[in-house]
Amino acid sequence: MFNLHYRLERSAIGFVLAIIGVASIGGLIEIAPLFTIDETVEKAPDMRVYTPLEVAGRNIYMREGCYACHSQMIRTLRDEVERYGPYSLAVESKYDHPMLWGSKRTGPDLARVGGKYSNDWHVAHLTNPRDVVAESNMPAYRWLSSKQLKTGDLGEHLAALRAVGVPYTDEMVSNASSDAIGQANPDTDLAAGVTTRYGDKTDVSLFDGNQGAVTEMDALVAYLQILGHLTDAAHQSTQNEVE
Amino acid sequence: MISQLTGTERIVAAFTFLILICFGVAMAAAGRGDLIGTHGWIIALSAVAGVIALLRAYGAPEPSPARLSEYYDDPSKVGIVLTLIWGVVGMLVGVWVAALLAWPELTVDAEWASFGRLRPVHTSGVIFGFGGNALIATSLHVLQRTTRARLPDQFSPWFVLFGYNLFCVLAASGYLMGVSQSKEYAEPEWYADIWLVIVWVVYFSIYIRTLMRRKEPHIYVANWYYMAFILVVALLHIVNNLAVPVSLGHAKSYSLFSGVQDAMTQWWYGHNAVAFFLTAGFLGMMYYYLPKRAGRPIYSYRTSIISFWGITFMYMWAGSHHLHYTALPHWVQTLGMAFSVVLLVPSWASAGNALLTLNGAWHKVRDDAVLRFMMLAAIFYGLSTFEGSFMAIRAVNSLSHYTDWTVGHVHAGALGWVAMITYGSLYALTPWLWKRPALYSPKLVEWHFWLALSGTVVYVFAMWNSGVIQGLMWRTYNDSGTLNYSFVDSLVAMHPYYIARAFGGLLFLAGAVLALYNIWMTIRIPVPVAAESASDIPMALQPATLTAQAGE
Repeated sequence: MFNLHYRLERSAIGFVLAIIGVASIGGLIEIAPLFTIDETVEKAPDMRVYTPLEVAGRNIYMREGCYACHSQMIRTLRDEVERYGPYSLAVESKYDHPMLWGSKRTGPDLARVGGKYSNDWHVAHLTNPRDVVAESNMPAYRWLSSKQLKTGDLGEHLAALRAVGVPYTDEMVSNASSDAIGQANPDTDLAAGVTTRYGDKTDVSLFDGNQGAVTEMDALVAYLQILGHLTDAAHQSTQNEVE
Repeated sequence: MISQLTGTERIVAAFTFLILICFGVAMAAAGRGDLIGTHGWIIALSAVAGVIALLRAYGAPEPSPARLSEYYDDPSKVGIVLTLIWGVVGMLVGVWVAALLAWPELTVDAEWASFGRLRPVHTSGVIFGFGGNALIATSLHVLQRTTRARLPDQFSPWFVLFGYNLFCVLAASGYLMGVSQSKEYAEPEWYADIWLVIVWVVYFSIYIRTLMRRKEPHIYVANWYYMAFILVVALLHIVNNLAVPVSLGHAKSYSLFSGVQDAMTQWWYGHNAVAFFLTAGFLGMMYYYLPKRAGRPIYSYRTSIISFWGITFMYMWAGSHHLHYTALPHWVQTLGMAFSVVLLVPSWASAGNALLTLNGAWHKVRDDAVLRFMMLAAIFYGLSTFEGSFMAIRAVNSLSHYTDWTVGHVHAGALGWVAMITYGSLYALTPWLWKRPALYSPKLVEWHFWLALSGTVVYVFAMWNSGVIQGLMWRTYNDSGTLNYSFVDSLVAMHPYYIARAFGGLLFLAGAVLALYNIWMTIRIPVPVAAESASDIPMALQPATLTAQAGE
């Protein structure tokens, strides 16, 4: 064996090929089957896609690096299920490009935060977390309320997401900008289109409390409120594997 | 540096800069109103700076053929200085974000200064800025010495060094402005990722071309590790960053994979960025500078073979231990755990090999803080790989995951292993490269050593405490069978440890500042020296009597 190696280390190309070969095996065996084994991702017929406003909110969540302190992955552990809710299923992040499971909880898990607090609470909390939770060490995102959301190019965003596999229809793509405005402005003509395309359960609200202009606060709150609500699959599953 | 380029290389440089200017301006034009436009300007302006440097050296005579009888070390020299500067910047931001966790209002009221945007500046700044520059600078030095061949040309090493730093600048400035694809340790967006691939291909070409021209029949161990670092990081980087940009005028892209597949790919990348960037590359450094400084040969050649292939093979399976108890299928979690535990064998083989190499040189370890840095690095390498294998066990991970324990573990490796081996190697290398008899101040190295050690210990102990307390509080039940602590209770309990951690980081940062000062002064103060070592030249031109000496 060492003689073989003695020869290998005399060949630069041979060494390069050996490294590539040896290093590729682990990834091939662990990653490739995840795309082919059907049980990897559960079936959830009620799973809906993110609305354009939620996509924009998710992009703000990513831009601000929220993943560094908040996970979106409830593990199959009893205390986690009791603290945060039913454990996360793979299907729930099926349309998450990329996933935001996170790796650290400086703040709590957010996988099921949607609907847990009111829009007003979120706005107050994001504006200054310590107004709502005195001990919090979360940064204040004061500027979100005053920053107008860029909605003009949301169609392109949806088209890119469709290219990587999210089933957006042509209608959703072409109406993306107006749907984003509509979701944050209930009782307008634009709002009606949102529920037509994304379902009656879509949350159409004055997320930041103000009619009219759509702000980044609208988008981020809309995203936070949908977390855990794209499908009911986790609530219906038996959750029998808690350890 | 331009005057060292041959005529042909100057033309190649000019074309490279022109192409970069075209791309930069095109990005700026397509990305008006988007942050990619700003980055287009940064790219174009850095290429303009290159053109100006070219023009200023216009008409300078070509380098003399005598250069071929020497190693080409100028890129390594600049790389050392860049390493030290990135170190100070990255660690300074690290101390800042650590302080923000204890005192969240300790920042200016601006978007760029919030924790979420500063944190990747810290992680990328130290991993890529500090670590990456250290690897480029030392690998080019080690490559030439262990092959006894000069680098193949003068332009490509500069392209790699400056191109890589351009990537680091695009990354850090992007985070501050709000460009991030939110994949941990792979935050830069698609165009920066493509640029890094180009730089990396050139880096690999330097390596392989020099190896092909080597005068030593065998490829030395250090080069195995540097090659594994270059090759596998390329593989990981390309696969994990596959994405579809919104348009050519958008910085934003959407990753090709989603959900569970993306999670597995991300942690296959993330864990192996640790393995092949922060471990393999720095093991290459250790395998050259530690024996050189100690004046002892590597203890066991066969152990280095076993540990090299063990690390290269097994690390690639270990990433899934980041996803225990998640929606990742159970069989992948189990595989990841099993390989993580077995990984301890090659890891300790490397650490043991390094420490046993010091046998017969322990008096030097006592007297020489530079060698002591390297010894301590090997010890921390052993400790943190043990801790890593331990934390990869599912039951342990159920407590440690999501807590500060992980942060402590990472810093035991990053401060104790990566930074210590880097500072040790750079302290050894600086006098050799600049042909100085010694460092400006050995006393400052001594100070740096103790600051670094105490800073690391304070940091790691703070995070162990906070992590374990956090993990236990989250799972404590009271007598009535309900959870005893709210999340906020656990956050309040962290406060003293967050202060201690920031203090530990501050100590380490102070050491990094001393290192920058000390090495800068070593470079600046001219010291008259005797003629250079006759053996520190490429093989082809050495006197026949010297050719039998190995390991130079």
